[in-house]
Amino acid sequence: MIQFEQVSKIYPGGQKALMDVNFHLRQGEMAFLTGHSGAGKSTLLKLITVIERATAGKVSINGHNIANVGPKHVPYLRRNIGMIFQNHHLLMDKSVFDNIALPLVIEGFSHGEIRKRVAGALDMVGLYGKERHLPIMLSGGEQQRVGIARAIVNKPPLLLADEPTGNLDPKLSMDILRLFETFNDSGTSVLIATHDLGLIARMKYRTFTLRQGRMLGGESTDREVMR
Amino acid sequence: MSKKPNITQSKLPLSGRIVMFFIRHVQQGMSSMGELWRSPVSSIMTMAVLGVSLSLPAALQVLVKNAENITQSWNNAAEISLFINTGRSEQSIQSLLSRVKAFREVETVSYISRDQALEEFQRLSGFGEALSYLDDNPLPAVVTVTPSVKYSSPTGARELLVKLEREPEVNFGRLDIEWLERLQALLKLLEKTVLAIAALLVLAVVLVIGNTIRLAIMNRRTEIEVMKLVGATEAFIQRPFLYTGIWYGVIGGILAWLIINILVWYLDGALAELLGLYGSQLTIQSLTFAELIKLVLLASFLGWLGSYLSVRQHLRNIEPS
Repeated sequence: MIQFEQVSKIYPGGQKALMDVNFHLRQGEMAFLTGHSGAGKSTLLKLITVIERATAGKVSINGHNIANVGPKHVPYLRRNIGMIFQNHHLLMDKSVFDNIALPLVIEGFSHGEIRKRVAGALDMVGLYGKERHLPIMLSGGEQQRVGIARAIVNKPPLLLADEPTGNLDPKLSMDILRLFETFNDSGTSVLIATHDLGLIARMKYRTFTLRQGRMLGGESTDREVMR
Repeated sequence: MSKKPNITQSKLPLSGRIVMFFIRHVQQGMSSMGELWRSPVSSIMTMAVLGVSLSLPAALQVLVKNAENITQSWNNAAEISLFINTGRSEQSIQSLLSRVKAFREVETVSYISRDQALEEFQRLSGFGEALSYLDDNPLPAVVTVTPSVKYSSPTGARELLVKLEREPEVNFGRLDIEWLERLQALLKLLEKTVLAIAALLVLAVVLVIGNTIRLAIMNRRTEIEVMKLVGATEAFIQRPFLYTGIWYGVIGGILAWLIINILVWYLDGALAELLGLYGSQLTIQSLTFAELIKLVLLASFLGWLGSYLSVRQHLRNIEPS
């Protein structure tokens, strides 16, 4: 699904965010990406979503080298990636319904189809009946679920999550991870960036670890064997 | 992985996309109208500025139009007066008349004999008493020539005058047209001034709308970032702003039209009074319906242009980070 081959990212000003990173997230796989703050997790996700572009190396999604994706096609690429953020990036002056419907509106779905799909997405994240609420009326965990519903509403083949449990207590964090597992069960590839090592330890998924911009090899293969 | 879906294209079929394209346009157009009413005070202020800015060139247009209207009626009334040498017999004058009538450039010819001239002068001048003391009629016979439409312009009438003066019976001719030439030169100057001022105000309208849209873009920065993150194209994001600009233009144009009508209504009373003193029946002509449509179309184009320039410049700089 996602393949990095000797990818480096050096920001203007010389900050080396990623150095020679290789990894492969398989189709339908769920995996974690860990490392300290500043290790390059966010940069790695930005390279996948073409918010940033690699300085060297090759990033491919679904077999497409994204260096060949021009600025005009970046929006279409992003429609295939559900993105979830620590601060969930919701539009605070729009209702829960409007927030979740946004990707569908952009894609150009009909109103009836949008209603159906938003209802389905809300049901999946356990917020059925809260369409008319404003995000501000919801708790932190619920807001995060709205963000997840928005990410999955147009059924993207790939989900990326950047510290999705960063602001949540352990019980809520576990609920969110279970949610990701259900999406993964239905065939979606999932990559979750987190520094919550305690959370990862309890789960059986592959883990990619970044340290100062370099991918550590050993641990991830161990986990693979375990699986 | 058996099938490799193209990840850089829309998932919907073409027909569905075309239909939704139009539906989205209507929706985004309407919702940007609604967006304006969410912040009524600032929207109304902007529209008022546009209305006033547009009303000035439109008012000048009305002025030029009416001035042209008036001078046109004067233009056609251009007359050439030919003063006949006093020694000429009635017979030779009659032959002059028939010759002049045959001129291609001449519309009508009328003849005022010396006696008629004297009579008229006595009646109108109030010197009747004094004139009766004169032994001799001092007034010449006058032939009044109205040029045909083609020769009623200042230059045309002048050519005709030169030609008529060559006739032996004619002492000299007079074409009272210098003031008309001056008026026309003045009008030309006025028209050019109007154009220059209109151009400046049009520029002002574009800048006002551009700046308003810039502020709107800045206000919705986070929203734009999120939209870009979930895969909105530039065209999709900029469309509501372009519609907002168009709406500003449309409403500003209608406002300008209202201002003009109020202005004309206000001036018409005073003008009617003035012209009444001169016994004239002229009224000010306001903007016609066609001109209203033109004004609104121009204004909405300016609105679109202003917001387009602003969107081009500012939307690209907003990228998710």
